[in-house]
Amino acid sequence: MLRIEGLNASYRGLKALQGVSLNVKKGQIVAVVGANGAGKTTLLKSVAGLVTTEGSIVFDGQDLRRLKAHMISRAGIGLVPEGRRLFPRLSVEDNLRLGAYAIAGPDRFKPLELVFSLFPRLQERLAQRAETLSGGEQQMLAIGRALMTQPRLLMLDEPSQGIMPKLVDDIFRAIQRIRDLGLTVLLVEQRLAEALEIADYAYVLQTGRVVMSGKAAEIAADSAVRRAYLGL
Amino acid sequence: MVPSITRRRRRELVIAAVLLAVLIVLPLPIHDVYTRNLFIITLLFAGLAQAWNILGGYCGQISLGHSLYFGIGAYVSTLMFVNGHIPPPVGMIAGGLVAAAGALLVGWPVFRLSGHYYAIATVVVQEIGYLLALNWDLIGGASGVFIPFRGESWLNLQFRTDKLPYFYVALGFAAVTWAVAWWLEGARLGFSWRAVKDDVVAARSLGVRVFRSKMAAAALSGFFTGVGGAIFAQYVGYIDPDSILSGQLAILIALPAVLGGVGTLWGPFLGAAVLIPLREVSSSYLGASGNGFDLMLYGILIMAVALLRPQGLASLGAVFRRNANGAP
Amino acid sequence: MTIETLLQVAVSGLLMGLIYALVAAGLSLIFGLMDVVNFAHGELMMVAMYAAFTLWQMSGLDPFILLPIVAALMFGLGVAIYRLLIARALSVRFNRGMVQIFVTFGLAIFIRGFMQFVYGGEFRSITGTWLANRTANIYGVYLPLPQVAASLVCLLAFAGLLAIGRTEFGRALEATREDREAVALIGIDRDRIFALGWGLGAATVGVAGVMLAGFYYISPNVGANFALIAYVTVALGGFGSMLGALAAGLLIGEVEAITAQLLEPSLKQVGMFAIYLAVLMFRPRGLFGKL
Ligand SMILES: Nc1ncnc2c1ncn2[C@@H]1O[C@H](COP(=O)(O)OP(=O)(O)OP(=O)(O)O)[C@@H](O)[C@H]1O
Ligand SMILES: [Mg+2]
Repeated sequence: MLRIEGLNASYRGLKALQGVSLNVKKGQIVAVVGANGAGKTTLLKSVAGLVTTEGSIVFDGQDLRRLKAHMISRAGIGLVPEGRRLFPRLSVEDNLRLGAYAIAGPDRFKPLELVFSLFPRLQERLAQRAETLSGGEQQMLAIGRALMTQPRLLMLDEPSQGIMPKLVDDIFRAIQRIRDLGLTVLLVEQRLAEALEIADYAYVLQTGRVVMSGKAAEIAADSAVRRAYLGL
Repeated sequence: MVPSITRRRRRELVIAAVLLAVLIVLPLPIHDVYTRNLFIITLLFAGLAQAWNILGGYCGQISLGHSLYFGIGAYVSTLMFVNGHIPPPVGMIAGGLVAAAGALLVGWPVFRLSGHYYAIATVVVQEIGYLLALNWDLIGGASGVFIPFRGESWLNLQFRTDKLPYFYVALGFAAVTWAVAWWLEGARLGFSWRAVKDDVVAARSLGVRVFRSKMAAAALSGFFTGVGGAIFAQYVGYIDPDSILSGQLAILIALPAVLGGVGTLWGPFLGAAVLIPLREVSSSYLGASGNGFDLMLYGILIMAVALLRPQGLASLGAVFRRNANGAP
Repeated sequence: MTIETLLQVAVSGLLMGLIYALVAAGLSLIFGLMDVVNFAHGELMMVAMYAAFTLWQMSGLDPFILLPIVAALMFGLGVAIYRLLIARALSVRFNRGMVQIFVTFGLAIFIRGFMQFVYGGEFRSITGTWLANRTANIYGVYLPLPQVAASLVCLLAFAGLLAIGRTEFGRALEATREDREAVALIGIDRDRIFALGWGLGAATVGVAGVMLAGFYYISPNVGANFALIAYVTVALGGFGSMLGALAAGLLIGEVEAITAQLLEPSLKQVGMFAIYLAVLMFRPRGLFGKL
């Protein structure tokens, strides 16, 4: 579904990604793990069209590098960005509804049902300003907003960041349910164990390169990998 | 931070000395009144732009109201000469000092503002000065002040038969502002301004007294702008609020530095050398009938330079140098 | 000062203040959206005045009827300015703040020159309209009807702006101003929003210009003074705040009327400038500005 080949990205000369190749199959959860600064966020931003890149990024036969960021979203790719990037002064409801801004048709707000069933807390807080939500609720809202764009591929950048363990479980369960509904998920995570547990396939990124890839369960089992690349 | 004279800085000095020598002899074969006037105005604005550059460029506080200090300098020296018979070379310094005091007085409230709030406040303060001058009859009000002719001499700074001395006055003014800018680039003050400009918070943590260093920039900038105003008044022999305190003049003082490159040593001069003749020529040939064509051209020029050369014309020099050296 | 004079001053301030508020609203909208101060804002107003004048000359129709046409034209002009100039100014890599100032400033000079080229420098005015020279007299307070109409239209335009803020497009505007990068993630084309924002800002000041043209002289320089007042209004109200623009516009109008009454009319702006400086001392980001 998503095929990345020979991807390079740099920030003013500093190379953040070097020849990254990666493949995401439909209906799977693919995890990307790696230490701080490995380039995980840069990878997701590259797919979303937020950084300039070299190489190829093909999504369902479409060359994403030709598209502007907003067209990539319309092509069916949703990103839950690092730091959530909600619209802080707008209400929860407005944040969600804006997710459907570029969608036409009578069913444009249909995903709301799914969002509320995944995260009932959001429904109780519709009128609240996004900035007044707790960290965990903000993460839920960010995922909800991305779901409102009706993506076929959902990318999540460290959804567990700064969230207490109980809520992390909720969010990971939600990600599994999203996969079970037929969406494809590209998940960037620091919490190795949890991520590999729900993922089908995994890539290990180190200083901008893919150093390892395989079935999530195999990667999880390989203690050498964990020590060498993930510092565990 | 020992202010050692690096090789680059020494080279700037040599270039400046050569340029000064050229400029000293340049007007001698030219007797055309119009051309000489063009030279004088260009040099005057080169100095003014450099004075603006101290605050707007090196310290990063984009003032859009510098005609206030220009006007203060012009009024002080003129009124001292007209009413008190004090020679303009003295009045000029007095005017500069009063203008510097004015800049400090303005800076005290205005430097608490940031960004657009600051820029607009500078316009407003200038506009208040303009309105007050317009209505203050003691200093001539809207009808302005004529400077009586008291005999041709350097002491009176009045020359009727030949305007050449004004050329040297303007040249000296521009040279002094350049020298001050050159000195500042290597001085402690210059370093602290650069820090303030880049990041106020970081500057504070480095121990820079932000407010004080802005005030120092304002005072220096205001002083030289005031001196420029005094020279201008003596040169044209007549001042009124519209000619020396207007908002348009404020922009004209800032523009050469912007076009040439803010916060650079040569930018203001380069900008003035391009902008002022272009403006004078276009308004005397194209805009003679007030048909607006000169304004259109002027507007396009400003937009084009801002968009095509956002670092200013001085950056072209860096491009040439790079090509000449064959390496970045 | 009699009670009538007092009322008269208050009413004149109110009438002018509403126009100032609307002029400022367009400026504030664009600033709030993308951090650009449009130094050609007064010139946009001047263009709208000339547009109303020309259409009136050609058709003989009242400016009231021409209002939607001019507003639409101004909308198009705003979009074009964004696409041709501002989008480029936003994409420069050096001195971005300064580039924005001087691009819009150059535009202002260009427009002024262009209008002088087309119309000459002399003062024009629209005469013989329905309301021209009509006044109402309520309890001894003299109400010039063209100004009353103008301020009512400004109030309506303000209501319109607030209504737009409640639509989905309005939410998209707000979202774009809060996080101009993140909106791409939900399929919003930031460039398009910015262009529409410019269109809206220009149309807003255009409405003010048309109504002003009903009782004010028209010349290539008429914008400069209103623009300065608009900058003061916006800074006083707080950049980006619509309510701030309204409140500050009214305050400025009143202060101007009072100063004109107490001091000489030619000094009437000194009062508003002084108030502005005084307020900024205590609230450096204006009355309603975000800190
Ligand atoms: N905007 C930027 N400008 C300059 N360098 C950047 C920028 N963003 C990221 N980098 C650099 O690129 C490299 C990769 O960063 P990236 O954010 O992709 O890492 P990451 O794997 O997401 O790290 P983390 O786990 O801490 O989120 C880092 O060295 C980082 O410093
Ligand atoms: Mg990251």
